[in-house]
Amino acid sequence: MIVNQSDSNYTDDKTCDAVGSHTDNENKHYDIVGSRTGMWLFLYTEIMLFGGLFVLYAAYYRMYTADFTGAGKELDILMGSINTVMLLVSSFAVAASITAIQKKSRKVALAFLGFALFLGAMFLVNKYFEWGHKIDLGIFPNSPLMEDSSHGRVLFFSLYYTITALHAIHIIIGMTLLAVTMAFIMTDKVTEHKYVLLENAGLYWHLVDLIWIFIFPLFYLIY
Amino acid sequence: MEIIGKISYMETQATQPIKSFYETPSPSRFTGIGAWLLTIDHKRIGLMYMASVMVWFVIALILGLLIRTELMATGSTIMEAETYNAIFTLHGVIMIFLFVIPAIPAIFGNFLLPIQLGTDDVFFPKLNLLSWYLYMLGGFLAILSLFADGPPDTGWTFYVPFSVSTETNVGLTVTAAFILGMSSMLTGLNFITTVHRMRMPGMKWMEIPLFTWSLYATAWVQLLATPVLSITLLLVILERIFGSGLFDPSKGGDPILYQHLFWMYSHPAVYIMILPGMGVISEIIPVFSRKSIFGYKAIVGSSMAIAVAGSLVWAHHMFTSGMSDVAVFVFSFLTFIVAIPSAIKVFSWVSTMYKGSILMTPPLFFSLCFIYLFSIGGLTGLVLGAAGTNIQVHDTHFVVAHFHFVMFGGTGFAFFAALHFWWPKIFGIMYNFKRAYVAAILTTTGFMLHYIPMFILGIMGMPRRYYDYLPEFQTGNFFAGIGAYILVAGVLVMLLNLLISFKNGETSPSDPWGGTTLEWSIPSPPPLHNFVESPKPKGYPYDFTDIVRSNSLNSNDSLNRGSKL
Ligand code: HEM
Ligand SMILES: [Cu+2]
Repeated sequence: MIVNQSDSNYTDDKTCDAVGSHTDNENKHYDIVGSRTGMWLFLYTEIMLFGGLFVLYAAYYRMYTADFTGAGKELDILMGSINTVMLLVSSFAVAASITAIQKKSRKVALAFLGFALFLGAMFLVNKYFEWGHKIDLGIFPNSPLMEDSSHGRVLFFSLYYTITALHAIHIIIGMTLLAVTMAFIMTDKVTEHKYVLLENAGLYWHLVDLIWIFIFPLFYLIY
Repeated sequence: MEIIGKISYMETQATQPIKSFYETPSPSRFTGIGAWLLTIDHKRIGLMYMASVMVWFVIALILGLLIRTELMATGSTIMEAETYNAIFTLHGVIMIFLFVIPAIPAIFGNFLLPIQLGTDDVFFPKLNLLSWYLYMLGGFLAILSLFADGPPDTGWTFYVPFSVSTETNVGLTVTAAFILGMSSMLTGLNFITTVHRMRMPGMKWMEIPLFTWSLYATAWVQLLATPVLSITLLLVILERIFGSGLFDPSKGGDPILYQHLFWMYSHPAVYIMILPGMGVISEIIPVFSRKSIFGYKAIVGSSMAIAVAGSLVWAHHMFTSGMSDVAVFVFSFLTFIVAIPSAIKVFSWVSTMYKGSILMTPPLFFSLCFIYLFSIGGLTGLVLGAAGTNIQVHDTHFVVAHFHFVMFGGTGFAFFAALHFWWPKIFGIMYNFKRAYVAAILTTTGFMLHYIPMFILGIMGMPRRYYDYLPEFQTGNFFAGIGAYILVAGVLVMLLNLLISFKNGETSPSDPWGGTTLEWSIPSPPPLHNFVESPKPKGYPYDFTDIVRSNSLNSNDSLNRGSKL
């Protein structure tokens, strides 16, 4: 990477692109593997972040199995399933947009990304109604209703709110990433020659999807 | 391409001397303060960390001195109990999250890791700058928490239920720790990617200098453990705001789970603290023994072993909190296992010096103090790791003495050694040796006088974190207080000596010590892109044959000059 820096003016900038790949002064060569490595490491920290919550879930599930299965029935499986399908489809759309970019069809890629964004937004809307409904029923931490509930039920819903809220925040971050990538595609900063940003945004989106794949059965499907 | 590079280098050489990175801002459009605050040069970022970490270090040092002063006599000496609680919390939080964890990786790691790998920067330079800003933001929030609703009084461990029920501003402090965790995580991510992707062409894994190896192992622990702390702290905040009950027994939650999650991070974190320090020592010892490091592969292996095994021992902090006997047995056993790799390193350092031609210098002196103090810390760790003795000394001053021996006597002294070792490289100047020795001796003497009484007090049963104590603990506490003053005086002499070198320090050559790793082959201070010519992999990094040969010719010109200052 330092191969021929000495022939350049010493006050030259170090050049680096938005996602951090290093560039030589003359042949702009991006270390895609490196950028991807960084992204994978980051995803790994995200998994550990949620991992802490899943550990709590496992411990409390073991302590209050009956309460947990009971409370799980109160969640709306239909809503949960719709959300699951939407996230899966959106993941597919993001993957398709990468193929589209590789095949130089910018428009198709943008359309796929736009569709994924739309699904992400719909997911949040859905979640909003789900949460709203539960809160209307008086199910939320510290509510009078919860004071009288069994311990397991309280913990189940506390975990439910904590984990789904953290997940929703990740959806928002993922949507922001996708939106930025779309802007970059429109301004030709992401092209068929250099689409590592799109790949990384895609990876992040898949992770958000993957985490939901765990959340869904743990909360909606336990009987 | 390379030949062209060389020729044009010689041309520039003829017309102008190579400018150091101080004179060449990067990106070049920024000047003045902007050249620092917006830089993406890993060396400048390292120095910005140095400035900010030092400020925190001195603040926390003063807080520690206040604690010790209060404890010099029974009863309220200079403060009330609430103030005392706040001060030991702040001391701990600042020392751990703002000094010990970032000090070596963020300062020396940033500065040296790319150089030791023979490259021109870390892989994600902008992310590197972002880490620094997160660090500053975290520090700023920590200060802010002093002024809103009173400073936190929970200790750096933020144990529930107290951290949830206390009226003080735990939320803000916890947020600060969360953000500092992010900063440390991003640095780790950056280092791993750099080591994997940016080693100079031809450099093999077993040719990486040990300091960089230790940073690599540390970075993995940072990635593995820090998110667990982040989520735990987040849960404390949620608990405080919404009363989610996840750690609240009245709602079915289990406070012990908090402790598990906390130590799942914080025990690995002690290796985040010590591994880079061990890396520093592994660089210094061979240089001043003029002898290849003993057991290079064993040291590399033990770093990685510590990273793995260190993640499996967290519950040794909780032997008294309520655990099954099986769990106590397993965690106690694993704790003993994890001491082995640390011992391997001590063994390697000592064996390196054996029959070497020792050249005494301040960095070596600090390193020797490190080995001694760290060994005591590690051995007392075993006393704590044995489940039986732990019951006796848990939560007493014995624990306080143990972790100060490893964190201060270990990481702290490694940090001092690193300062003295790389100072001439970073700033291109040499400090006064005599004052450095005086400082080192003062610091070490003060250190022993400060912490050894605490071992005894702990065994006698004096609990930690209490602001008053029974009359029989008076003598020990008094002497510890005297030790604290000597210790702080030593550190101040050391820092002043380093500062004075800016005024009348002699300029240092590129390799004042006779080091063999790449940073000693480039000018001091380094040029913007680190290397004037593309570096060539040297194979094994600790081959001193050339150094020994040239030494016998000119008998250490630069060192003699340094000591005469
Ligand atoms: C040889 C390796 C080590 C062993 C076997 C060991 C063992 C232990 C044990 C069993 C405890 C719990 C004591 C108690 O609370 O009852 C402890 C506490 C502690 N150790 Fe170590 N330790 C070792 C090395 C280190 C290192 C290298 C560091 C940091 C650089 C460190 C930092 C700490 C800290 C900060 C605490 C106290 C935390 C607190 O309660 O505030 N230890 N150690
Ligand atoms: Cu530990």
